[in-house]
Amino acid sequence: MSTAIEVLDLRKKYGEYEAVAGISLSIEQGEIYAILGPNGAGKTTTVEILEGYRSRDGGTVSVLGSDPGSLGIHGSVWRNRIGIVLQSTSDAAELTVAETVHHFSHYYTKPKNPDSVIELVGLSEKRDAKIRTLSGGQRRRLDVALGIIGAPEILFLDEPTTGFDPEARRAFWELILSLKAEGTTIVLTTHYLDEAEALADRVAVINAGKIVEIATPATLGGRHLAKATISWSEDGNTHSKISENPTQDVLELSKRLQGEIPELTITRPSLEDIYLTMIEGQQ
Amino acid sequence: MNTLRLGLLRGNIEIKQFMRQRESVIFTIFFPVLLLFIFGSVFKDTIAPGVTFSQYFVAGMIASGLVNSGFQQLAINIPIERDNGALKRLRGTPMSPIAFFIGKAILVFLSMIAQVIMLLFFGALFFHLHLPHSGALWLRFAWLVILGSACSTVLGIALAGIIKSGRGAPAVVSPFVIVLQFISGVFFVFSNLPSWMQHFAALFPLKWLTQGMRSVFLPDSFAAQEVTHHWEIGRTAIILVAWLIAGTILATRSFKWSRQ
Repeated sequence: MSTAIEVLDLRKKYGEYEAVAGISLSIEQGEIYAILGPNGAGKTTTVEILEGYRSRDGGTVSVLGSDPGSLGIHGSVWRNRIGIVLQSTSDAAELTVAETVHHFSHYYTKPKNPDSVIELVGLSEKRDAKIRTLSGGQRRRLDVALGIIGAPEILFLDEPTTGFDPEARRAFWELILSLKAEGTTIVLTTHYLDEAEALADRVAVINAGKIVEIATPATLGGRHLAKATISWSEDGNTHSKISENPTQDVLELSKRLQGEIPELTITRPSLEDIYLTMIEGQQ
Repeated sequence: MNTLRLGLLRGNIEIKQFMRQRESVIFTIFFPVLLLFIFGSVFKDTIAPGVTFSQYFVAGMIASGLVNSGFQQLAINIPIERDNGALKRLRGTPMSPIAFFIGKAILVFLSMIAQVIMLLFFGALFFHLHLPHSGALWLRFAWLVILGSACSTVLGIALAGIIKSGRGAPAVVSPFVIVLQFISGVFFVFSNLPSWMQHFAALFPLKWLTQGMRSVFLPDSFAAQEVTHHWEIGRTAIILVAWLIAGTILATRSFKWSRQ
């Protein structure tokens, strides 16, 4: 595997305020990389620098071998290889879904089939609907369709599932995983920790313009080493115990209660618990 | 796909969006016709031998049509498209910015043609507008329209770059256009205006466009009623070209794809 995105000591100031204060990260080809962090942490600024929308004040950036800060006349060749799903847009309200997706396919040298893309994002029934009549979630799926129509090598997704119902979100996750299976590198910023957990190979937690930690969702913040909580019901009361050896403890409990343990659960901290602890620890 | 073909596709998309927004169609194409009927019906005085104010006014409205379809339309719509993310999305694709501007120019040109045809039609039918009677006058009309709408287009894009928000755009642009119309010989006979106002108006292209349109649509004898007693065709061309160059430079410097 080779590197799709390489960032070294990235810096960006808005006036006196340092929005990005020395971020370094490296994203491999074909991986799903999630960037997490509270509002104002510098996620969007970082991603927009990678997408070529914003200039930077320091550091080096390489996306598919090019510096998005100085593309010059090669910009169009580079943009042909990336796809961008922006945060909330409300453009092209008077066009239909099919018109828009077909039109955007002309921008790229090797686009996917527009009708298959419409099908893939689940908008076949809405293909002739005006965009202004779409619900928030449908609108977002159209954004995704326009992001992938050019068969990008890297897809940037900025909070893609905001406004989705749980079913639409699951369907969206399937779609993202199918793009990964085709070899697409995916950079995802999200507020939903379950989304990062379901999709990401690695997550980077950013706070106050700096990387707090980069790890797999399973190992972030030492989560795999964290103690488990066992809880059960006994004599009409709920008991719980923090355990380093939950298997051993459950076996003993089962022996004592002679078989089935009522209302047994064994939990480890969720990604969300770990994340919140990390962000609070920073402040 | 090459840039020119993409530009034509952009033009097609721009026109579809334009035609489906009823307000923009009415505002850009029918509003000038409505004004034509109101002013043309109220002010019927003869202002010179064989020339009524309504004829004078139609010539001015045709010049204003170039300002409406280019300057006004772009300076209002581009900031709206910047706010709603349309421009940012396009910037993230391989589409060349040149294709985008070709699309805008196609939209301006076609909406301008529609507007001018309506004004010529109703002007000739109801307000004694005389269509140009020689090939030379049609030719002059053609270059005035082309140069005028090119000027209007680049200045509209230039102003769009300075306007902060889409919501505020109409409030900035519309008064600007209306004031220009008042001082440039559309709503009033230009030579009746105070001379300081005439000098001020002469800084802007609309005054020259209205004068040029009068040279096309009014009898040649009316030139004597102009401030300098001439149509000043050569000077009009020079001033419009100067504005076209200045506008192009301003537009390329001020244009922004997203709010930052």
